[in-house]
Amino acid sequence: MAPSDLLAAPADVSSQTRINDFSIQVATVNGSGSQTANLVLLRSIFQMGVPVSGKNLFPSNIAGLPTWYTIRANRHGYIARKKEIDLLVAMNPETGRDDVLALEAGCAVVYDETLKLEQLRSDLAFYPVPFDKIVAAVCPDARLRRLVRNMIYDGVLSRLLGIELAEMDNALTRQMKKKAKALALNLAALQAGFAYANEHFADRPLPLAVERMAETHDRILIEGNAAAALGCLMAGVTVVAWYPITPSSSLCETLIDYLRKYRMDPETGKATFAVVQAEDEIAALGMVVGASWAGARSMTSTSGPGLSLMSEFTGLAYYAELPAVIFDVQRVGPSTGLPTRTAQGDIAFAAGLSHGDTKHILLLPASVSECYSMSTDAFDLAERFQTPIFVMTDLDLGMNTWMAEPFPYPEAPLDRGKVLTAETLQAIGEWGRYKDVDGDGIPYRTLPGQFGPSFFTRGSGHNAKAHYSERPDDYTTNIDRLLRKFETARGEMPAPEVDLRPRARVGIIAYGTSHWAIIESRDQLRDESGIETSYLRLRAYPFTHHIGEFIDAHDRVYVVEQNRDGQMLGLLRQELSGTQIGKLASVRHYNGLPIDARSVTEEIRAHESRMSLPPETSAEDATVGAEEAV
Amino acid sequence: MSTPAVPIPPKKVNRINLEPATYRGAKTTLCAGCGHNAISERIIDAFYEMGVDPTRVLKLSGIGCSSKSPAYFLGTAHGFNSVHGRMPSVATGALIANKTMLGIGVSGDGDTGAIGVGQFVHLMRRNLPLIYVVEDNGCYGLTKGQFSPMADLGSTLKNGVVNDLPPIDICALAIELGATFVARSFSGDKKQLLSILKAAISHKGTCMIDVISPCVTFNDHEGSTKSYAYAKDHDEPVNEISFVPFFEDISVDYEEGSATAVKMHDGSTLVLRKLESSHNTTDKIAAMQTLHETARRGEFATGIIYLQPDSTDFLTLLNLVDQPLALLPQSRTRPGKAVLDEIMDKLR
Repeated sequence: MAPSDLLAAPADVSSQTRINDFSIQVATVNGSGSQTANLVLLRSIFQMGVPVSGKNLFPSNIAGLPTWYTIRANRHGYIARKKEIDLLVAMNPETGRDDVLALEAGCAVVYDETLKLEQLRSDLAFYPVPFDKIVAAVCPDARLRRLVRNMIYDGVLSRLLGIELAEMDNALTRQMKKKAKALALNLAALQAGFAYANEHFADRPLPLAVERMAETHDRILIEGNAAAALGCLMAGVTVVAWYPITPSSSLCETLIDYLRKYRMDPETGKATFAVVQAEDEIAALGMVVGASWAGARSMTSTSGPGLSLMSEFTGLAYYAELPAVIFDVQRVGPSTGLPTRTAQGDIAFAAGLSHGDTKHILLLPASVSECYSMSTDAFDLAERFQTPIFVMTDLDLGMNTWMAEPFPYPEAPLDRGKVLTAETLQAIGEWGRYKDVDGDGIPYRTLPGQFGPSFFTRGSGHNAKAHYSERPDDYTTNIDRLLRKFETARGEMPAPEVDLRPRARVGIIAYGTSHWAIIESRDQLRDESGIETSYLRLRAYPFTHHIGEFIDAHDRVYVVEQNRDGQMLGLLRQELSGTQIGKLASVRHYNGLPIDARSVTEEIRAHESRMSLPPETSAEDATVGAEEAV
Repeated sequence: MSTPAVPIPPKKVNRINLEPATYRGAKTTLCAGCGHNAISERIIDAFYEMGVDPTRVLKLSGIGCSSKSPAYFLGTAHGFNSVHGRMPSVATGALIANKTMLGIGVSGDGDTGAIGVGQFVHLMRRNLPLIYVVEDNGCYGLTKGQFSPMADLGSTLKNGVVNDLPPIDICALAIELGATFVARSFSGDKKQLLSILKAAISHKGTCMIDVISPCVTFNDHEGSTKSYAYAKDHDEPVNEISFVPFFEDISVDYEEGSATAVKMHDGSTLVLRKLESSHNTTDKIAAMQTLHETARRGEFATGIIYLQPDSTDFLTLLNLVDQPLALLPQSRTRPGKAVLDEIMDKLR
């Protein structure tokens, strides 16, 4: 049976072609050089002016295991993960069968013809490509073929989707400009793929197409970890201590690149920074804390397992009141979990990290722009409040490529917090390291080797003068002042982003990367079910007054997050009134894949339809529903 | 009331005009007779005699009896009593942040050999300029006398429990890991310990000093190998140390072959007179051999066991600007707008 017999009926281009609204999944083998091909594909769509996102679903493996890359192009700007795949590029013999069987009817499949995937189903549009033959023709050196082969599918997709080949050329050239030989081979492969598709598929157009838009003009493409690294650079970080862990490693690695390039003293060639790859995350945070004690701006980045190890030093930094900036690029699960998948599972843990009574400030970036801006904010907050600041990103944000407006240069000077000066000492009279002079819970500190009296920093009980003390009143006075400091911080947290719709009875609270699914889901709820929603995006913990007001203004409020236990909901419950808590329902997504709009929409819609039942049943259902909406 | 006209004796001061009292700390809360108190005294003496400004010193510790002691010396220095076994990382961060400070860390045999052995290992590898004193009494005092990993095989607790695991020889471990100044002493040997500490102040690199420091409350009985009596009987000095600080113009005569003179980083001179014929302080293998041979005889070698005076230290390796990182102004730490523009252009 010839493959063409299995193809879906030719699409009517004029009426059924979806312009700039589709998702592509590329299934390859980890370590086969597919990253270049995928980034070129992403970037060429971006260069066509079409809003786009790319998400890497990869294994915890160096080479050999299956990996998937999903690209979503959407003219409305929806860039959250889309569950449904419109076009599959099947390059992996191991997963090809499952990948094809999982598709919805009508999808298109570009695949290596030797996989014979066309035999599996008759309701898909198959585009077989003889990758080995094409690559052999353009790449005489058999050893290099493996690395060039993937570029062929870019060429095929260029033709099938109408992505201008010149944009693909540009994207590829930009990626490989320093490797002339590799570039030439890849360009040849790209063009050969295009030529093959032109020759064999011209009469079978896809019902999907890219058309030039002007939505990405002047925008940048960057990963969240790189954006955070840039924020640290601009924040004037001087001491970096870290331990490699997926998915946070690229944050410090990118930062190291930036520091080496932009922070060498031009006159002496010496570094205005130090980076230490520590022996573990305990030592990494220990170095950060030691450095901040001595007055340096210091940071570390980690992920769940590292955060567990950092709990000890976090407690010390909280209690001894030492600044620290800690990035937690969250991954999935307790223990090792799923190291290469995304979640928001460390929220509750980070908020109270350490034994004893502790509360920490969390910043919750949702975009690469906020990875950048909140990084600089974090250093100011850490020094202003003399406490650890957690920047809670996740793998989806940290390791995937996102569009953004160019980052603004930070205009505000660095805020180094309350460091005792001669003038302050004169004004306050008697200095005590932990004395609350200003009533805001924030004491003045002195730095070793600099102005002012010395003191003994310790994690054991201490009084206002930093003397060792086990007195009950000294302990409570101090620990209550720390709470007062936390309350001061509440007023200085980044305010939530609130979109209030006048007629909306339903509200949604979300944070971090869930944002992208929420903006799409709100439109789906409105357009498909007539459910108008308001939206509050949390940007920090402790919570500001806006949250209670938002809940008061709605009948029901869905708290959407990417963990099993409704961790943010738990933190909200600690601060809200009984009436407010009664309005909350939880929507949770925790399978390791980035949250998608459809899942959110379906859960909220199901819950809302139960709510519209007669009042005598709805009251009970509201409680049950909240627990069920998992 | 008239005062008889007796001449006021000149105040005793050191080379930077500070009185000995400036080098003292808070009153100790450790047990009377604790070896650690004697070590604190020697630290006070060494810093006074070397004329180190205490406000230029960072004193750090972990947790335990030993780690309380930084409160009892150099009262005007900033101190940091951190968490159990983690002083090396805190010291590393602090000294990177301000490389112009002199660091001294005090740890114990449990703080170093058990919970902190990981950080200890990496501190030694990095050769961070830090005087690292292990106050070694073979037991955990604050938790009432349990064995530490540095207790000798066969030594007993007060209640008769016998230690059935071999000890970690922290000096051998330090040499193996790359430490550049490794010494052992006994809290009761004032002269030797003082010389070692003064030499350590002159060294640029990690100075690991293991000091047998008997615990009078939990480990000073018969059957203990860390008691005062045992230490006095089994102390086997490998060299006699003459230390001439850089600011004293004294020449030391010594006989070539029986003694070695070492020029220290700050210009001081260290003359080591051999007491153990096969020992060679600057030879790593010979130093290890001395440690093993004395241990086999049931003795412990004291003195400066190993010294490499001119190795590259961690702060030098980091190629830092002269001004401490902690003091760099915003103009040197926040790149200009042109840098951000350049990066943004590349990402477009």
